[in-house]
Amino acid sequence: MASHDQPASAGMPISRRQFFRISAAGLGTTGLVMAGAYSGEAHAEVREYKLLRARETRNNCTYCSVGCGVLLYSLGSGAKNAKAEIIHIEGDPDHPVSRGALCPKGAGLLDFVHSAQRLRYPEVREAGSNEWKRISWHEAIERVARHMKADRDANIVDRNAAGVPVNRWLSTAMLTASASSNETGILTQKIMRALGIVATDAQARVCHGPTVSALASTFGRGAMTNSWVDIKNADFILVMGGNAAEAHPVGFRWAIEAKKQRGAKLVVVDPRFNRTASVADYYMPIRVGSDIAFLGGVIRWLIEHDKIHWDYVKAYTNAAVIVGDGYDFNEGLFSGYDAEKGAYDLGKWAYTLDAAGHVSTDPTLAHPRCVWNLMKAHYARYTPEVVSELTGTPQEDFLKVCAWLGETAVPGKVGTILYALGWTQHTTGAQNIRTMAMIQLLLGNIGMPGGGVNALRGHSNIQGLSDLGLLSTSLPGYLTLPNEKNHPTYADYIAKTTPRAQRDHQLNYWGNTPKFFVSLMKWMWGDKATAANDWGYDWLPKWDRMYDVLHITELMHQGKINGFVVQGFNPLASFPDANKVTEAFSKLKYMVIIDPIETETSSFWQNHGESHDVDPARIATEVFRLPSTCFAEEEGAIVNSSRWLQWHFKGAEPPGEAKGDQEILGEIFMALRTLYEKEGGKLAEPILNLAWPYRDPYAPTAQELAMELNGRALADIPDPADKTRLLARKGEQLAGFAALQDDGSTSCACWIFSGCWTQAGNQMARRDNTDTGLGNTPGWSWAWPANRRILYNRASCTPEGKPWDPSRSLIAWNGERWAGGDIPDFKADSPPSEGMGPFIMNPEGLGRLYCVDKLVDGPFPEHYEPMETPLGTNPLHPAVVSSPAVRIFPGDRARLGKHTEFPYVGTTYRLTEHFQFWTKSVRLSAIAQPEQFVEISESLAREKGIAAGDWVKVSSNRGYIKARAVVTKRLRPLSVNKQTVHQIGIPLHWGWVGVAKKGFLTNVLPPAVGDCNTQTPEYKAFLVNLEKV
Amino acid sequence: MALQSLDIQRRSATTTPQPGSRQPIEVAKLIDVTTCIGCKACQVACSEWNDIREEVGSNIGVYDNPTDLSAHAWTVMRFTETEAHGRLEWLIRKDGCMHCADPGCLKACPSPGAIIQYKNGIVDFHQENCIGCGYCVTGCPFNVPRLSREDGKAYKCSLCSDRVAVGQEPACVKTCPTGAISFGSKEDMKDIAATRIDDLRRRGFDKAGLYDPEGVGGTHVMYVLHHADEPALYANLPANPAISPMVSIWKGVAKPLATLALAGVALGSLFHYVMKGPNEISKETEDEIDAEDRREREDKEAAQ
Repeated sequence: MASHDQPASAGMPISRRQFFRISAAGLGTTGLVMAGAYSGEAHAEVREYKLLRARETRNNCTYCSVGCGVLLYSLGSGAKNAKAEIIHIEGDPDHPVSRGALCPKGAGLLDFVHSAQRLRYPEVREAGSNEWKRISWHEAIERVARHMKADRDANIVDRNAAGVPVNRWLSTAMLTASASSNETGILTQKIMRALGIVATDAQARVCHGPTVSALASTFGRGAMTNSWVDIKNADFILVMGGNAAEAHPVGFRWAIEAKKQRGAKLVVVDPRFNRTASVADYYMPIRVGSDIAFLGGVIRWLIEHDKIHWDYVKAYTNAAVIVGDGYDFNEGLFSGYDAEKGAYDLGKWAYTLDAAGHVSTDPTLAHPRCVWNLMKAHYARYTPEVVSELTGTPQEDFLKVCAWLGETAVPGKVGTILYALGWTQHTTGAQNIRTMAMIQLLLGNIGMPGGGVNALRGHSNIQGLSDLGLLSTSLPGYLTLPNEKNHPTYADYIAKTTPRAQRDHQLNYWGNTPKFFVSLMKWMWGDKATAANDWGYDWLPKWDRMYDVLHITELMHQGKINGFVVQGFNPLASFPDANKVTEAFSKLKYMVIIDPIETETSSFWQNHGESHDVDPARIATEVFRLPSTCFAEEEGAIVNSSRWLQWHFKGAEPPGEAKGDQEILGEIFMALRTLYEKEGGKLAEPILNLAWPYRDPYAPTAQELAMELNGRALADIPDPADKTRLLARKGEQLAGFAALQDDGSTSCACWIFSGCWTQAGNQMARRDNTDTGLGNTPGWSWAWPANRRILYNRASCTPEGKPWDPSRSLIAWNGERWAGGDIPDFKADSPPSEGMGPFIMNPEGLGRLYCVDKLVDGPFPEHYEPMETPLGTNPLHPAVVSSPAVRIFPGDRARLGKHTEFPYVGTTYRLTEHFQFWTKSVRLSAIAQPEQFVEISESLAREKGIAAGDWVKVSSNRGYIKARAVVTKRLRPLSVNKQTVHQIGIPLHWGWVGVAKKGFLTNVLPPAVGDCNTQTPEYKAFLVNLEKV
Repeated sequence: MALQSLDIQRRSATTTPQPGSRQPIEVAKLIDVTTCIGCKACQVACSEWNDIREEVGSNIGVYDNPTDLSAHAWTVMRFTETEAHGRLEWLIRKDGCMHCADPGCLKACPSPGAIIQYKNGIVDFHQENCIGCGYCVTGCPFNVPRLSREDGKAYKCSLCSDRVAVGQEPACVKTCPTGAISFGSKEDMKDIAATRIDDLRRRGFDKAGLYDPEGVGGTHVMYVLHHADEPALYANLPANPAISPMVSIWKGVAKPLATLALAGVALGSLFHYVMKGPNEISKETEDEIDAEDRREREDKEAAQ
């Protein structure tokens, strides 16, 4: 307990101090009063309300993707002579999701803004030095630009062996910040690609990468299907692969609301009895890394018990589509496996297509090769006994979940799933999510209010950075960056990225790819992009392989990367196998940190004793640390998990000499461009030709960039429906992506954001929170695409266009068009009779139970063990233990541990009091959760002689941490495959920077191996040992 | 001009009747323990609003941090894992001042105006009048007030009387992510509680109920509990809290006697004041006491 506030209650000794006070002052004063000799000068007045004339600024919380509204209160009237200082932050009651609430992190934002770890001046750590040196902005920018130019000139690859222009600069890598605004994000994208950077990644890689793969391959878009508030419309809420109460407390309020208002049932399946479980109706344990076994078992149970929403499945899924002869599954392997490459030939899994390129179907589902029958056969192995043996979940518990899910197979009942990184951070991450997506299709819960597959995203703008394509092989709006083999020319790119409809009357929205891409090129290169030069196609870098964070680290470790620009990211703490990461960083020539606060990454060269034992003298990396603003000191938009682009405003000036990211990037780019203009250099063209129309070229503003994200007309755009009218006049902001053209007459940086800043102004700053039904608030901010709030909402109606559930109706066919409280995610005038499918991004218009060739590790999810398995085998197919499609570098494979040596299962996670690695620099957060700990079961603690609060050492084959032991009933040993499996919970928030107690980097423990499709690391299941210190 | 921004019900150590014409509504904070996820947002919002910061502590093997109430931590979550009802439950109770209708702290307080009970039910400490005697600590049946090491004065939750005075809800209430904390008139809070209790009973919690203990005249902070028949399950929430008999004696039978006896002391004090000046603790005494406190602390830490 806090030692200085001893309660002097009964049974506790009164200290001398108290006695002294009581006797000397207390009695004396009392005596005076009792005698009536005291006049009563003691006034009673409440503390003055401290916000009486404070200035209020609207903003959004910078931590997670709930995107809560916050009110910044600052001192000063805004007068020029007074420097605004934020004195208090609380929730915005008008915000439809948060309604004034903030979680412990949000409630403590004030201490982030004023953190002692905020960076105030540009600094450099010279090679081999053991200290920071303050430098001027001028010196910092000049030196950074010099480094970049020298490295680029020396190492950029202009053409590959086949002679294709590739413009690839691999020797400098860049990480981008998922807490920065869209406007910073798009500016970063523009500069990076002009420079030729392909080795780039954002936090999406270490978090929800598999979500995008899984949901896009199933439904067409890789985003949370419904919205935070909509969770209140559910009858059944499953929380699995996540801990919503812990990670998204304010979003989770809508699950509680469903319980309170609808009597919904809330069930948690998790390795730990967690904070969500504390308010759930039912909790059951599961072994980490066995979710596909569990969910595959659910699919089998639903089929066996005929708990299928048949009308929905037949009309809206690909159950009836006939799969080609190439597909097969045998003993743990799908057809087309090349053992040497460790990869599948995805072409084997195609549909049967007719001459017109249309799918063949059997609406009776009798055909043995239709998706339905293949699926049924695939999951026949997942009996309740098998499920229980693999997962450790008691059979009766598992069957309860099956039954509860099964109840939602009728039109009048809807269930939802809330998940997060508990599913993504596995080698089978995308497939975990796919399995649940399939279940929701079988139950008819997609497109429904209260339904969906709700990916609860991480950072406040991780969704935005994904949308903006700040990933190695992406471009904005989920367009792909050209690949050197598949897309050597513009014509190849367009041909291969523009799908054709696979059934009659399908919208096949990706058919518009050329419009999106050409408009993007016009934004990149302006007037320099012409039909004659294929819109500047050759200036774009072309990728050969994906340079995700694991790959980037590996290349650094091999000494193949010289420079590393790290924008608002703490990779040393957040990449797996941190000891390897330290070695990798030590080989860099230069590192540029752009961040509002100190990070372990920026001080990776410092010795921090046992937890980080390096010798600065032997590290020759020059490290530049450039102080940037935080959310409260800048404006712009961030995209929450529900795809809402919310505009926030600046509440105060940044500390010291800190500058906004856009200004820092602008200055670096202008310095580089000036160098190329004056001195020339290799492949200067894309740099010199980059469109840079900003009023202050050194500091593009958020407004300028937001308007570019929306797009504008470069010429009068005629309305194809009515030649006498225009969709937009030359120079006007576009009304939406429907106005985009493929002839160079429109410019748009990110097609899915088109509509966010129209001629009517900034739509993202809208604050009309009117509820148009079921908690839908289309007048609040702006959601992509086209302000639609529930994706695939056409599927909430019968094929005839009537709501499946009249009490849960958002849109319906009114005889002329689709209309209602939400914007139809559909062609508004396509009548039900036309038979257009609700999954408009998919060429067949259907939700995919079978995802064809969209994922590299199989069209149906299959249970594979984590790379480090406590079983040492896979009881389903002992010859194929872990996923055969895993990519792992030889050095990383050699660092894997075995269950014989590391007998316990480690799993990492975050706590509600902290956000990643920042909030240990936030006093209020550090007070609430001050010190590193691990969670172990009472039985393991007994076995090891560990008591609560003891120091323990947790080690993997890659390193170790020391932490306090939380001994708890909430973790239990599980019986799996006839053996006892102990799981150890390892929160991840610690390091050596900040005001919390110093700790170890948790990520020294997990292995550097990721999800087969996205390389999101397997943080959730690995092997460790445990000992008392 | 009135000296108060809220109407006063009673003041500590004061016999003068308080004005009673206006009848403001009685407020209450309802804490629905059954929907609390223990996220500590209320703790943080409380500290932020009230400009207090506890020291960064240690993990002692549980989620509780700060580990106890203090002059810098006016509300804390207390986590309990129990299997008393078969399946595991993780009961999380937000602890802090209950704002009793019959406040033991106020009754025990010897210093005029150090503790005020407003007509709306809020019991507020006015540190400028606090003499640091610690009687409020003894008088509290919930073990809530804490003495500050810096100024020796007693502190506790004010129910954000400064916010309530301008028509706003307390900081903890506003921030609560799951809506487990509500604020409004005591009547309305009881209605909400009744709805919650109905829901809980439907879900199988037969003994769900409201905690609004009579022994202290009811409270202006109330709990909805799944097991209202066993409040002790929730980190020893007292089943029948009542003001310590010592306080009753002190303020009841003994008061006239004490008044007489202390009148003498008062005269003595006055004489002392006139002759010698105000009582002051010498630097040496202060240092000696500090050293002793430190030793005690170290012994305690060593024992842990």
